[in-house]
Amino acid sequence: MTPPLLEVRNLKKQFVAGRSLFGRATATVNAVDDVSLTVAQGETLALVGESGCGKSTVGRLVLRLIEPTAGSVTFAGRDLATMPRRELQAFRASAQLIFQDPYASLNPRMTIGETLSEPLMLHTALGTAERRDRLGELLDMVGLKPIHARRYPHEFSGGQRQRVAIARALAASPKLIVCDEPVSALDVSIRAQILNLLRDLQAKLGLALIFISHDLSVVKHVADRTAVMYLGRIVETAPTAQIFAEPRHPYTQALLSAIPIATPAARRDRRVLPGDPPSPIDPPAGCHLHTRCPHVAAICRTDVPPLATDADSHATACHRWRDIGADGFRIAVEQPFSPTLRRLVDAFRPTT
Amino acid sequence: MTALETPHSEIDDTSDTPTRRAWRRLRRRKSAMLGLVIVAALVAVALLAPWIAPFDPAKQSYTMVRKAPSALNWFGTDESGRDLFSRVVFGARASLLAGLVSIAIALGLGMPIGLLSAYRGGWTDTIVSRITDAMLAVPFLILAIALAAFLGPSLSNAMIAIGVTSMPIFIRLTRGQVMAVKVEDYVEAARAVGNPAYRIAFRHILPNIMPALLVQATLSIAMAIIAEASLSFLGLGQQPPAPSWGSMLNSAQRFLTQAPWMAIYPGLAIFLTVLSFNLLGDGLRDALDPKER
Ligand SMILES: Nc1ncnc2c1ncn2[C@@H]1O[C@H](COP(=O)(O)OP(=O)(O)OP(=O)(O)O)[C@@H](O)[C@H]1O
Ligand SMILES: [Mg+2]
Repeated sequence: MTPPLLEVRNLKKQFVAGRSLFGRATATVNAVDDVSLTVAQGETLALVGESGCGKSTVGRLVLRLIEPTAGSVTFAGRDLATMPRRELQAFRASAQLIFQDPYASLNPRMTIGETLSEPLMLHTALGTAERRDRLGELLDMVGLKPIHARRYPHEFSGGQRQRVAIARALAASPKLIVCDEPVSALDVSIRAQILNLLRDLQAKLGLALIFISHDLSVVKHVADRTAVMYLGRIVETAPTAQIFAEPRHPYTQALLSAIPIATPAARRDRRVLPGDPPSPIDPPAGCHLHTRCPHVAAICRTDVPPLATDADSHATACHRWRDIGADGFRIAVEQPFSPTLRRLVDAFRPTT
Repeated sequence: MTALETPHSEIDDTSDTPTRRAWRRLRRRKSAMLGLVIVAALVAVALLAPWIAPFDPAKQSYTMVRKAPSALNWFGTDESGRDLFSRVVFGARASLLAGLVSIAIALGLGMPIGLLSAYRGGWTDTIVSRITDAMLAVPFLILAIALAAFLGPSLSNAMIAIGVTSMPIFIRLTRGQVMAVKVEDYVEAARAVGNPAYRIAFRHILPNIMPALLVQATLSIAMAIIAEASLSFLGLGQQPPAPSWGSMLNSAQRFLTQAPWMAIYPGLAIFLTVLSFNLLGDGLRDALDPKER
């Protein structure tokens, strides 16, 4: 068996959230707390969770844009932390990033052509003419025209800018792209276009994707596997279909039941967790979810549940998932739709 | 690709650069354009002074002492019988030169220090920030006067004094702007793409903080011109017989009742210059505001 393209082991990242008068750290945020995951060549892993649970931080750690507090990231068998400068530069060509907000991710003072040429200049030996050809090719790949190279970001719509950002990520022919909520800032009407574009490009180029989203419904159509995060930890990982069919963790169940933006009647049937997520500065002991979980038992308050993988490669970090079951849940999600609503929801769902 | 939105300017293929856009917005602001026109006129006056001034600004005449404005001496004459109009015209040189040179010094020192401070962080940043705070805590003019007195009276020393005193504003502004721009997604993207640090600083950060620095520089020029006039008024700037608006005010104060024109015209010149730089600076601030699309 070949090693996975990306392997993340026990990754931790603490941010300093407060300092004393003398610059000593007084409060730390455990943004990422003991996260392990793997991504195979050509695979899409979705990373899902509420705002602030540490998804983007995982993405930035994976690309070594920030240094981990502990743990390791291995890319194509090489440990990023000990990589010499030369190799790190080559890694920058193989792993790229697409941001959520296309209005913020393009330098407003560089033309699209200049932005796209940068990775070519840094990572390829192409001459000026070849570079121009490649530029046209890239623009074409994402559905833009060569003439657009001369324009500035402010001359484009959000969807077009995101296409440019995708082209930039593709420019140096990467193997892995971290997509950090690539469609959540876009108009609903454009989301499907961008998602389809990403999927087509992935199939064509054999890319591995880490697809970050706070919205499970988006993930359903793009990801092979899904990892659900809560307060810096992964609470459940499984093939995406499995997550949707048989969510085991109470948090995943709650996320899933929040998908239909439905009528008041539907809302009553949802498994809504009471309260807000606790502060990551001082997270609860044991299972992070125990303050909000309807199934809480004594052990949950003291022991961190291990992320135990079963035979179907479905991993759940919950002491009680066997007792909870997913059957009752499935009924709860299916019921809320009236026939009219069903049609409406289907109409807005991106077609696959 | 079917349902792809086309950009609004598909037909003309000249692209709308950020600079061109800012200029278009600036042109719409009447007060800014007024400021720009006056500034341009003042620069022209300073450059063409020998051709504009009807008399030698240093030529004394004991038969023409303290004459009121007339057809011959438009702004009147001073206590040594020198033509005030010619002196105001030549005085524009000292004022504008002091404004431009001292702010060039302030920017030239302040920008790299601010950049370094924001980039390095840690001790460098702490020390730079404390010194900047300390300098900003002392009133601007007091510090400039102290420094100019220490360096000795001359126009170039006055410019150095004003430049160094204005520097902390630019350190602080650059530092703040770099801190803000450094965490922008496009800078992180530039890092992810593999840009070396110097390219990120010069290609991605600097061009995006230039507008703020330009606005501050324009407003600071107005301040520097007042400072130069003040230093010259105190005898620390332009040395006689070379004319400067500040030193003209100084000699005028002894004759305020007998020869008010000696104070009015240099005073008006300072007022107009400072006002026009301020108008231009405010207009630039609005025109370059990135939030306005
Ligand atoms: N540079 C930083 N300094 C301090 N704290 C940070 C920093 N970056 C992130 N955090 C904190 O770490 C936690 C995780 O942040 P992160 O951006 O990874 O969340 P996220 O899951 O991506 O959220 P969102 O959906 O809002 O993007 C948050 O509590 C955040 O406040
Ligand atoms: Mg995020």
